[in-house]
Amino acid sequence: MNKITPSAGDNDELGHDEHGLAPAKLGYSPVAEIPHRLRVTDTDPKAARRAERQVASMFTLSMVFVMLSVVAYVMIDKATIVYIPVLGEVGASNVALGLTFGIAVFLIGAGAIQWAKKLMPDVEVVQQRHDMVSDKEEDNLAAADYERGKEESGFARYKIIRRSLLGAMALFPIPIIVVLRDLWITPPGENPRELLSNTLWTKGKRIVSDGTYLPVRPEDLPVGGLVSALPEGILEAQEEDHNLNARGKAAIVLVRMDPDQIRSQQGEGWDYNGILAYSKICTHVGCPTALYEQRTHHLLCPCHQSTFDLADSGAVIFGPAARNMPQLPITVDEEGYLIATQDFAEPVGPSFWERDRA
Amino acid sequence: MSTTADHPVEQVGGATAKYVDQRLGSNKFLGRNLGKVFPDHWSFMLGEIALYSFIVVLLTGTFLTLFFNPSMVEVIYNGSYVPLKGVQMSEAYASSLNISFEVRGGLLIRQMHHWSALIFVAAITVHMFRIFFTGAFRKPREFNWIVGVGLTALALGAGFTGYSLPDDLLSGTGLQIIRGILQSIPLVGTWAAFLVFGGEFPGTDIIPRLYVAHILLIPGIILALITVHLMMVWTQKHTQFPGPGRTNNNVVGYPLLPVYMAKAGGFFFIVFGIIALTGGLVTINPIWIFGPYTPDQVSAGTQPDWYIGWLDGAMRLMPNWESVIAGFTISWNVLIPTVVIPGILFTGLALYPFLEAWATGDKREHHLLERPRNAPVRTGIGVTAIVFYGILWIGGGNDIIATTFDLSINAISRTLQIMLIAGPPIAFVITKRLCLGLQRKDREKLLHGYESGRVLRLPHGEFIEVHQPLNYKELAVISSKEDLHVLPAPVKTDAQGVRNPHYRVDQLRYKLSSFFLRDNVERPTDAEIAAGQAHASHSAALEAPLNEYEELDQDPVGHGGVLHHPGMPTTNQEQVDQRQ
Repeated sequence: MNKITPSAGDNDELGHDEHGLAPAKLGYSPVAEIPHRLRVTDTDPKAARRAERQVASMFTLSMVFVMLSVVAYVMIDKATIVYIPVLGEVGASNVALGLTFGIAVFLIGAGAIQWAKKLMPDVEVVQQRHDMVSDKEEDNLAAADYERGKEESGFARYKIIRRSLLGAMALFPIPIIVVLRDLWITPPGENPRELLSNTLWTKGKRIVSDGTYLPVRPEDLPVGGLVSALPEGILEAQEEDHNLNARGKAAIVLVRMDPDQIRSQQGEGWDYNGILAYSKICTHVGCPTALYEQRTHHLLCPCHQSTFDLADSGAVIFGPAARNMPQLPITVDEEGYLIATQDFAEPVGPSFWERDRA
Repeated sequence: MSTTADHPVEQVGGATAKYVDQRLGSNKFLGRNLGKVFPDHWSFMLGEIALYSFIVVLLTGTFLTLFFNPSMVEVIYNGSYVPLKGVQMSEAYASSLNISFEVRGGLLIRQMHHWSALIFVAAITVHMFRIFFTGAFRKPREFNWIVGVGLTALALGAGFTGYSLPDDLLSGTGLQIIRGILQSIPLVGTWAAFLVFGGEFPGTDIIPRLYVAHILLIPGIILALITVHLMMVWTQKHTQFPGPGRTNNNVVGYPLLPVYMAKAGGFFFIVFGIIALTGGLVTINPIWIFGPYTPDQVSAGTQPDWYIGWLDGAMRLMPNWESVIAGFTISWNVLIPTVVIPGILFTGLALYPFLEAWATGDKREHHLLERPRNAPVRTGIGVTAIVFYGILWIGGGNDIIATTFDLSINAISRTLQIMLIAGPPIAFVITKRLCLGLQRKDREKLLHGYESGRVLRLPHGEFIEVHQPLNYKELAVISSKEDLHVLPAPVKTDAQGVRNPHYRVDQLRYKLSSFFLRDNVERPTDAEIAAGQAHASHSAALEAPLNEYEELDQDPVGHGGVLHHPGMPTTNQEQVDQRQ
């Protein structure tokens, strides 16, 4: 009959010196109940020698591959592209370096594990655990030392010192947090709400198409078409500010649809002959919306699939966005170019705490 | 060990050890620890993979810092990648292209860095599953569990800050989303976003700031926590799975020197080698295809690294709720999926060991791992969380699913929303029932042994199914089950009529305890198990006459459609007769 309780195997005093080591000193011994099947390498000296050769050849091959890796580094031009089945067109240098170095390193690991598995002892040994809790003696010692420290410092007696120390400790990190205030060196008179509410668009600002930066005429836009556009002077503004902030707020899409199909828009006459301008920045978390389905007039944000109906005031018809896409009122100037008649009526992009403050 | 004269290497080793010992007293430590025993199980490798891939991350990352320039100053690209020649881009992106195309081996190191980071987070996750489902977090290892939860969160942070650095179109879109998330935080969110980005989005500060976090702050803390993590494992000794000779008071395995060291050390090189091979053969994050970041462009099918996918999915599946309260805007549609849900998940993870210990009243030390079936509620909670996470993760790829399988994205999102609500509770019930079923099966095995599937007709005509006793290994594993019982119900007022001041808390604890433990299938007593196994042996012994014939080394011959050994009696009665 076998032992049936887990505690039955607790049998460390059966020490056998099967390791050629000194188990008594090292504090472990083979487990009596754990069966041990001898490996081929334990019984057959030939097999053991074979394993020895295998391990040594893996280590030797590793050296060979390291040398190959250096050769590949020197010999293969970094611009060489090769076709390898499955991988496709790949950089020869990258593949060669990865292969040679990877194999070299892998062989060291494989050799070590083969060595451990075939040639090192595979007899499991037992060590005793001890409860994590300290001995009574050590425990008392610590308590006594603590009491002595408390007494000598007078921490308990000097009430006023104790309290003022606690106060000081609580307050001293404040400057460390306060100095973080200038992570944004706020220009005078500016605040986040104002900045988020204003874009480069002003009355009479021409609309230029993204990429060419040329002003757009109504006749450039076919019905059903969509163009990404920006305010004129965007490049100069970027140059001046040394950043892309203005672009991040002012980007719009221009769409043209049959005027009869426009069910509603955010302001009376904000379109120009069926041409509508909407912010391109999603009201959810600010991804640029780019996918337009001309038949349904739906604008889809590729990040989280918020869908806006541009024929119906940019209303959200699906997805996690809560707000309509802000519309930019447009018309044409005397030269026939599309212009904005004012800035957006509300902040573009994701919502924020102070957004709807009067 | 033979004389040192034959082994100059050992002589040098011994001399070195002595030299160091005279200065540091190191042999005291070595003497105690070189023979330290580590239990062996494949699942113990998961944590090792995490550790080793982190080392590869550090090595490759250090190389990348030598070439990467974390600056958002705009430059005109003039490198060897033709499609982007003459394009305006940040120095961060230009230097990332430089690493990929100009520096020999640069692309390999960059891809190894990315792959090892992905493997790092994946290994941590699976390692955490192993710890959770085997109850390895129980006393005395609660602190180490918390350190592990912290490491998981930091690993996500390290990964996100890392893939944001190249300032390509994909990573910039990720940062834009971060800006939106920050802005959704009530009261301080808008300012927090402006402080983090140094003004409006995208500004020119974010990349250098992320760089400091990515190469110093986060890895520094990770390294410190890994040290603490391993020191605790060392001090507390590794847990082990139940098995022959394994108890709660011992540790059975291989000594540190030489077996464990060779296996673990070898395994480091295996992980390193596989990452190098992957980096050489499999493209990851081809930033040159995405192009430089600009806040008004995006590519369809935008996907973050895998470990951020669940947060992206949560954002996709969240209904579009937003409210204005007293003039202030609260974006529930962003706040809940990206701040509230991860907050609850990580807090719940960190507190779970304490919750379970409180509910079960279990204050003992545990070094023997528990089989998941023996803790049905814990296993159920774990599977529930995984299902919840998994649905969010699938949600993160809803556009890919839609385009790949030509399905409506709206239908997929709706379905996933319903699954997100209904799936976890269903998963809990199924998992718990499965565990209880397995417990019953185990009880059967302990009481009656195995059903062999062979029916035997006894000489007096009775039919029995032969049961076989469990082998010693199964017996040790199955009988390792420990029963915990529901805590006693609290009383409102005691016999003297004194009111229990903690009644409500006690009542809650009692209910929780009942939730965890009431369905437990009792393990038979040792005596019952012994009797059951003896009975099974007896039943198996009845079959012995048959078995003797099986040992005959003769080819069976066909005999009217039935296989017979020559001379083999056809009925049990005949056999018995022959033996007499």
